[in-house]
Amino acid sequence: MNLHEYQSKRMLAQYGVAVPEHRVADNPDSVRAAVAELGGDRWIIKAQVHAGGRGKAGGVQFVSSPDEAVKAAASMLGSLLVTGQSGGRGQPIHQVLIEKPSDVARELYAGIVVDRSRRRLVVMVSTEGGMEIETVAHETPEKILQAVVHPLVGLQPYQCRELGFSLGLDAEQLPQLTKILSGMARMFTENDLSLIEVNPLAVTRDGQLVCLDAKVNADDSALFRHKALAASRDTSQEDERETRARDWDLNYIALDGNIGCMVNGAGLAMATMDLIKLHGGNPANFLDVGGSTTKDRVVEAFKIILADANVRGVLVNIFGGIVRCDMIAEGIVGAVAEVGISVPVVVRLAGNQADRGREILDRSGLRITAASGLAEAARKIVTAVQGAA
Amino acid sequence: MSVLVDADTRVICQGFTGKQGTFHSEQAIAYGTRMVGGVTPGKGGTRHLGLPVFNTVKEAVAGTGADASVIYVPAAFCKDAILEAAESGIALIVCITEGVPTQDMLEAALVVKECGARLIGPNCPGIITPEKCKIGIMPGSIHLSGRAGIVSRSGTLTYEAVQQTTDLGIGQSTCIGIGGDPIPGTSFVDCLELFQNDPQTEVILMVGEIGGSAEEEAAAYITDHVTKPVIAYIAGVTAPPGRRMGHAGAIISAGRGTAAEKFAALETAGVATVRSPAEMGSAVLAALSANR
Repeated sequence: MNLHEYQSKRMLAQYGVAVPEHRVADNPDSVRAAVAELGGDRWIIKAQVHAGGRGKAGGVQFVSSPDEAVKAAASMLGSLLVTGQSGGRGQPIHQVLIEKPSDVARELYAGIVVDRSRRRLVVMVSTEGGMEIETVAHETPEKILQAVVHPLVGLQPYQCRELGFSLGLDAEQLPQLTKILSGMARMFTENDLSLIEVNPLAVTRDGQLVCLDAKVNADDSALFRHKALAASRDTSQEDERETRARDWDLNYIALDGNIGCMVNGAGLAMATMDLIKLHGGNPANFLDVGGSTTKDRVVEAFKIILADANVRGVLVNIFGGIVRCDMIAEGIVGAVAEVGISVPVVVRLAGNQADRGREILDRSGLRITAASGLAEAARKIVTAVQGAA
Repeated sequence: MSVLVDADTRVICQGFTGKQGTFHSEQAIAYGTRMVGGVTPGKGGTRHLGLPVFNTVKEAVAGTGADASVIYVPAAFCKDAILEAAESGIALIVCITEGVPTQDMLEAALVVKECGARLIGPNCPGIITPEKCKIGIMPGSIHLSGRAGIVSRSGTLTYEAVQQTTDLGIGQSTCIGIGGDPIPGTSFVDCLELFQNDPQTEVILMVGEIGGSAEEEAAAYITDHVTKPVIAYIAGVTAPPGRRMGHAGAIISAGRGTAAEKFAALETAGVATVRSPAEMGSAVLAALSANR
């Protein structure tokens, strides 16, 4: 789960990490009140969306009067921001963050991730703040410095000092960095996060370290023990069909092809998408219907797949392990009849009672083509979709 | 021979009397697994499926001589269950449950290692040595005792690999589902080492997927230590970056963990890769024929 910048900064502040004083507004009137409260004569208005690359897309604007602030916010609020990372449709802006600009001397980077091969949290810092850390990692990996956190003792002050000296910080700044990194590390473990990125971590001209932008992701698997965090989820930033699928315990991810996929198991679902591509087609989605495939879930899965106007055919690929394929076939027949599907549907059943399942599909009188092999199924759906085009 | 489990493995189930624990324990018993009991706190002293129920893993180990445990408890309680098993002297812990918080696993993995135990999973189908011992949720019927060692991050995609090798008469020595989470208890490298040292295993089939660098680490290990033929398939060539593809661990983040990188690393290590999941079995057969 992703947090907005304002949510991330609020959490950082709670852990004693320095962030600029800011306000959040969801309408132009509160923007006017916010600039009055903040004082000064220059402000930054930042669109709150779950996508990077806001600056280039016009989602970060500098203003120098309350009227300009209101105007900038009004142009953002209620609109869609299309950035390099947002996807074509863009992300809706429902809030803006307002803060005073900082007088920046240096831009650093600080982040915490889970290092899967080390099985540890890793704190990363870099002198190359303001750049995408992926680019730094690729082009100048030596400019990323790391501290590995032991799960039982947490990040130690000496590790922060080591990083601080490597960044060239002075005696005034070192304790600030220790406070920031220690706060971030505690915030990471106490909230079961999966990512914190502070970029840039600014050093101001008067020597203060402050987090100018922040990105936080939480571990979905741990949200059950962080109710307040779970409640801060902004579903308006997520694909509507993906949210609906999650309500049904279905795992759905929209893609840009035209062959809808319904598969049991995440690995097999990915493999099915790859197979469609190998046979010259393009998958419209990833969808894992899970192990206990009931008729209701299959109906819902079909509805979600077909809500995508690009879909010209559907491939259902089920490996019946413990679940019986004849029961699944009945579910599919019922679902196809109920949803009233007009595009070709190819169903591949394998495993437990697969023969009986295929018989049920053949007898249904519906436009369902049965397949037994993986490659055969992919070939059939690609041919059906291309033939219809 | 086989790896980790065989006909002598004495298995208990944590979460024994729950719905999942009951169903899959029945299946395991029917398959011939030597189930010796189970643990459900508060139900100690009763019997379930004809086996003794214990309050704690320690009591179960004392009462049955169990050396393996399968965990079906809800995700929120898995860390506790894993630690209880590890500290009670269970040598092989298999955690089937999906959705265990990553930080729970960081801590659990550390303690399991300290206790000298081995953890498989979480979020995995389990481990099976065909016709001898089935620990987990995989359908026993598709397996055939044989020559291929299979290790996979997926569930149903593993069944696909198993079915193909069974249909071709190759069979499996042992199949290990290491699971789809970012912090699995057992890695590809661990399984490669086991299969390399197992006389029954003549060929190794690795089923990987996007996310992390476990396949790249496997490739490096293969270069230095594995002399048996290795076949690999990686799922997720068409997966978009930055999206979690069902499994918590299946995500291309910061441009790393792509299928292309993994295929390239494995091919450099001399692994025969297949781009179609329909060809896993035939590639295993080809490797066996070439190895004659």
